[in-house]
Amino acid sequence: MELTTVWFSLIAVLWIGYFCLEGFDFGVGMLLPVLSRSETERRVVINTIGPVWDGNEVWVLVAGGATFAAFPEWYATLFSGFYLPLLLILVALIVRGLAFEYRAKRDDDTWRARWDKAIVIGSLVPAVLWGVAFANIVRGVPIDADKEYVGTTLTLLNPYALLGGVTTLLLFLTHGALFLALKTDGEIRHRARSLGLLLGLAAAVAAVVFLTWTQAITGDLTSSALFVAAALALLGGLFAAWRAREGWAFLGTFAAIALAVAGLFVALFPDVMPTTLEGGLSLTTTNAAATSYTLTIMTWVAVLFTPIVLMYQGWTYWVFRKRIAVHHIPTPQLAAEPTR
Amino acid sequence: MDVVDIARWQFGIITVYHFLFVPITIGMSAIIAGFETMWVRTNNPAYLRLTKFFGKLFLINFAIGVVTGIVQEFQFGMNWSDYSRFVGDIFGAPLAIEGLLAFFLESTFLGLWIFGWDKLPRGLHAACIWLVHLGTLLSSYFILAANSWMQNPVGYEFNPDTGRAELTDFWAVMFNKVQMVSFPHTVTACYLTGGAFVAGVAFWLMVRRSTPDADRPMYRTAVRIGAVVALVGGLGVAVTGDFQGKVMTDVQPMKMAAAEALYETEQPAAFSIFTIGSLDGSEEVFSIKVPRLLSFLAENDFDSKVVGIDELREEYRATYGQDPGAKYYSPGDYTPVIPVTYWTFRLMIGLGVVAAAGAAALLWVSRRGRLPRGKAWVWLAIAMPLLPVAANSFGWIFTEMGRQPWVVFGLMTTSSAVSPGVSVGEALTSVITLTLLYAVLAVIEVGLMLKYVRQGAEPFVEPPNPKLGEHSDEPLTFAY
Repeated sequence: MELTTVWFSLIAVLWIGYFCLEGFDFGVGMLLPVLSRSETERRVVINTIGPVWDGNEVWVLVAGGATFAAFPEWYATLFSGFYLPLLLILVALIVRGLAFEYRAKRDDDTWRARWDKAIVIGSLVPAVLWGVAFANIVRGVPIDADKEYVGTTLTLLNPYALLGGVTTLLLFLTHGALFLALKTDGEIRHRARSLGLLLGLAAAVAAVVFLTWTQAITGDLTSSALFVAAALALLGGLFAAWRAREGWAFLGTFAAIALAVAGLFVALFPDVMPTTLEGGLSLTTTNAAATSYTLTIMTWVAVLFTPIVLMYQGWTYWVFRKRIAVHHIPTPQLAAEPTR
Repeated sequence: MDVVDIARWQFGIITVYHFLFVPITIGMSAIIAGFETMWVRTNNPAYLRLTKFFGKLFLINFAIGVVTGIVQEFQFGMNWSDYSRFVGDIFGAPLAIEGLLAFFLESTFLGLWIFGWDKLPRGLHAACIWLVHLGTLLSSYFILAANSWMQNPVGYEFNPDTGRAELTDFWAVMFNKVQMVSFPHTVTACYLTGGAFVAGVAFWLMVRRSTPDADRPMYRTAVRIGAVVALVGGLGVAVTGDFQGKVMTDVQPMKMAAAEALYETEQPAAFSIFTIGSLDGSEEVFSIKVPRLLSFLAENDFDSKVVGIDELREEYRATYGQDPGAKYYSPGDYTPVIPVTYWTFRLMIGLGVVAAAGAAALLWVSRRGRLPRGKAWVWLAIAMPLLPVAANSFGWIFTEMGRQPWVVFGLMTTSSAVSPGVSVGEALTSVITLTLLYAVLAVIEVGLMLKYVRQGAEPFVEPPNPKLGEHSDEPLTFAY
């Protein structure tokens, strides 16, 4: 296999990792006000992802860095072209990350309510915008012969891309609900499972329309097989949720997201960012790539270290595998505000 | 204002801001790891209380460092896409490796450390924070290798077919001679910063009247450990800084001349501690000078010649042509903004020296059960965490402004590095949004820091010491 193809696949794997992992913590964040009815329940919800959300987010940093290293032209065109949506995503990720860390640092209802809003909005915005961005990458955007994006922000808000945003939103909501069903106990668990089922049906409809549309634009045989497998995984997950098998249910949405994203990358290949412009230049795995020397070094680094990362990150999930229920939540961690 | 100006302001603002927090993270993670290790080994409750108290402050600081770090990684592509295209083959690799080797390590093991008190055996729990510290060091290494390449590009070849710089020797980039001095210089500065933070905070708590008398020896221990770390770090910064000056004279002579605002070549050259000059910085009105010091800083020899800006300008013109960044500098002028380089260089050194001297002073007055309560000592304790932080910022402003008009020295100018497709409106939206957001976050962060510093260390609670994989149904030891 060509090194450029290897790196295209590795970047696909990084994005798959990102969406499968941070996807559920986006979902958990958005569902915070929906599934919890008291402060203690809110803390149950937040603590299911407390130890892992930051590690999940690193997947996108590595995906960004790997794109920079392996396909500099792709990185340059994509990041400068999708400027405002990326700025929004950055702001969302900043307030969301701080919200998790700072929310419990003052014993003050207004303070906590504000950070709760930050968690919801900070999870919602990227959940939608990553879908919009990916749909645009697959569909193609106006790129001129100098490899520069020449559209505007409005160009990115086309119906297909917006449907992509709705699809990731609903998928992540479902994924998050089923994660909560797996990781909590008591009432939240039941609420999460029922809601996950409901959201899952909506997600299935959106995903089927979106993936069929994608298939019509740019799909091939492999992508169609992956899309069908994704749909089946999602339905299987929902069936498991209905039968109260939460582990299988979560595995179902996990696999569905992984297969769907894999299908999108297959549909994209060998382009990395096709152009919609007459006389424009599509970025491909060859014309956007780094030199084979750089790719060789990066391959060695990836081969040596990715398994180690997967091992310790997986181990974290094992350490924190236990369900959390209301009675596990300690009384507020803080001493009262000092009197002077 | 055009996009280049705006993009430069954004880079300056968000990078300096990010780096207010990073050195505290790097330095403090080591000290906290030391506290926890001492607790595991000695079972002395004071060390656990210190671990938890400084751990809390550390996390407040770490969170903001992490979230502002995301912007760093994205903005090369967003604002500097032509830079990214031109150097991505070389510059992207350290960034990607930093993510894979360092960011995963830091975030994963920090999660384990924060939430793992009732899930991990004590030794393993302490190992987690050591791994976080290792992650911060790896992160510094790779990002500084990337920066060092911008100061002194090596291991590459310009490929006229692709119109970009391409990597030919990865190890040359990893062991760039600028990197060999910048990495130790930065990391020792981080230890100075972390040590000064711990020493200052602990001293303030030690002498505060409302602190329980029984807790004062514990804070004294922290003062002394923090001060020793700061002193060792400070000594390291000075030595490595001296080496760095010589490497800089070798690879970026204009930066060295700009650091002294030395227009005319001198032999031997004096170092001025303080100068009042004309507004454009080219004529001096009043100056305090140390004879021959600049010669030593530049060449390790009190008699050596230091080449001045005027001569270097001619040399650079001959080497690089007439017009590198004509937009910002008069054509063919390779001079950075001299008042900025001159003063930031002095502020970096000056504040660093004051911080190290402050650490020495705190170490001295905290000896053998003393409880100095003079106002001056309290003010010194309050200033301690801020001094190295300011010195770090001035150091970076110096090293980056001193490289101008280049983004990659001798290879690419800053004005040609910006994204051609980004409009003034977009760039302004970005810098204004991020600056306002960061300002709000700073207020929140400082508020939380002060609150938790005032609270002091919590009483000792014997933490569980579970076997790995064991679970109880008790409430969690820590939860958000």
